[in-house]
Amino acid sequence: MSDVAPEPVPMPAKRRGAQLIMLALAVLVVMGAYANVGLAMDDAIPSGMLTYGLSLGGLMLAAYLVLAKFAPWADPLILPLVTLINGLGLVMIFRLSESDSNLPSATLASPNSQLMWTLVGIVLFSLTLIFLRDHRALQRLTYTAGALGLILLVSPLIPFLGQELNGARIWIGIPGLGQLQPAEFAKLALVIFFAGYLVAKRDVLALAGRRLLFIDLPRARDLGPVLITWGVSLGVLVMQKDLGSSLLLFGTFIALLYIATQRVSWVIIGILLFAGGAILAGLVFDHVQQRFEVFLNPSDPALFDRVGGSAQLMQGLFAMGSGGILGTGLGQGHPELIPLAFSDFIFAAMGEELGLTGLMALLMLYALVVQRGLRTSLAARDPFSKLLAGGLSFILAWQVFIIVGGVTNLIPLTGLVTPFMSQGGSALLANWILIALLVRMSDAARKPPPQAIQNEGMTQVFQR
Amino acid sequence: MSELTLLLIRLAFLAVLWFFVIAAVGVIRTDLFGSRTAPAGPRKGAKPAKPAAKPKNKKGEPRQLVVTGGPLQGTTINLTETPITIGRANDATLVVSDDYASSRHARLFPQDGQWIVEDLGSTNGTYLDRSKVTRPTPVPLGVPIRVGKTVIELRK
Repeated sequence: MSDVAPEPVPMPAKRRGAQLIMLALAVLVVMGAYANVGLAMDDAIPSGMLTYGLSLGGLMLAAYLVLAKFAPWADPLILPLVTLINGLGLVMIFRLSESDSNLPSATLASPNSQLMWTLVGIVLFSLTLIFLRDHRALQRLTYTAGALGLILLVSPLIPFLGQELNGARIWIGIPGLGQLQPAEFAKLALVIFFAGYLVAKRDVLALAGRRLLFIDLPRARDLGPVLITWGVSLGVLVMQKDLGSSLLLFGTFIALLYIATQRVSWVIIGILLFAGGAILAGLVFDHVQQRFEVFLNPSDPALFDRVGGSAQLMQGLFAMGSGGILGTGLGQGHPELIPLAFSDFIFAAMGEELGLTGLMALLMLYALVVQRGLRTSLAARDPFSKLLAGGLSFILAWQVFIIVGGVTNLIPLTGLVTPFMSQGGSALLANWILIALLVRMSDAARKPPPQAIQNEGMTQVFQR
Repeated sequence: MSELTLLLIRLAFLAVLWFFVIAAVGVIRTDLFGSRTAPAGPRKGAKPAKPAAKPKNKKGEPRQLVVTGGPLQGTTINLTETPITIGRANDATLVVSDDYASSRHARLFPQDGQWIVEDLGSTNGTYLDRSKVTRPTPVPLGVPIRVGKTVIELRK
């Protein structure tokens, strides 16, 4: 073996070129959408199109350069896909603000502030990539992240700091800056905590226990963490009236538990616990009960006319119905009739103007981002990044499922943002940081491993 | 703007949106359908290292391990008395860079003139022909062993 020099390992492709082309394509699609909106609504290319297009393009080019410098092996698709989703959200918000009506959906949509938040999001994305050179540093912060997540989660309950808007107490006011939804950042911190915690504890959670019928039951004392998370998420549900975050938080923990232990029993326990808690909450608390009523009978006229009733949901369903298969075309529908069309119901607004065909494409874009994330988790070399990448991709997918399921009345509607599309700074910033973490981990996973020493007696090493 | 133009723009935009999705899938094609590399000939590193003692050439005893499927296709390893480990770890005898293989996936070792395959607690399992290897199992000649995307078999 010693007389043969080991062949140099062929490098897996970095695919930076493919990334740049896809990125350019994404920006072009977004500019096309702007032009489409302008042509349909004012018979002219909107005057701001070049500004929008160039600023989005410039931002993405900057993000690309940072990525190429600081995470050269990163996955080539994540950034272009997210760019397109973010850009389409910007176009829809722009389109809503252009519609000449006095409905709040039109007057409250502000494309400029959303573009500004996108800018800040990309700055945060770049800073995360520049300063977080090794994602395993986060593993050392497991419990810090957990504490931070909890503090962020309960911060809206603090008097004077917290504010209640649209029936949910999930905002904190920052003097001079406006409001922030700390729960969005709490999600990130909590996923880091779950991943770090489960890396340490997964063996005991996976192995100890008894087998009953077809499932492996865990020991009673190992249920502690599940019960604590359950309690916290129910607390969020009750105290802050935030059904979405509660479901998101608990679902993510159960998914990570499943990824770490590969035990179906945890999933079953989790679903039973949450269903039990939700039914109990439905019986005791009014706002949960109302959501269920609306979910079961959205077309009931009495519910439709009630304040906080099913009007919003039905307007969204009407919008998607009038969109049909091919949609009304950008700028040619009336998505401004849906309450909150620029945030919670942006998916329904998209459905009206792009139709089922466009919605499927959008869902494909999300699915591809999630697939890249799960792929990163599969290829990652250390258990912490396997769990973290799996958890971050799951939380993205779960979020899309909860809000799209809510808007299409598949599950009870809960107020969650559609990632990267809805108007709202906090979610956009948190999601861009999430993407930066995924990019950082995919860089680590795709980087060729350090070479082993080759002359080890009879051992023959092959690698390709 | 006429209705027809707007209709055409609308259809064109949807087409472009799907074109983007398909292009994205194209970029990760190798992920979904495997790489389309030509089967490599026996690799240089595989031939050398004459076994210290020439195999005793007993009838029916395998002398070579051949990779018949997967990215390392065409690789051969001469069988000696030393066990062979397969996995993603750099110290494995056959290093497979395959996301579906574990770092220490499976082991082949000789015992009483037979080669035995043993799964080392891999995530996705080792398959001998079509059945999952749950305990050390003797490997007949020419029966495929599957580790992730890699298929190997023993030959004379």
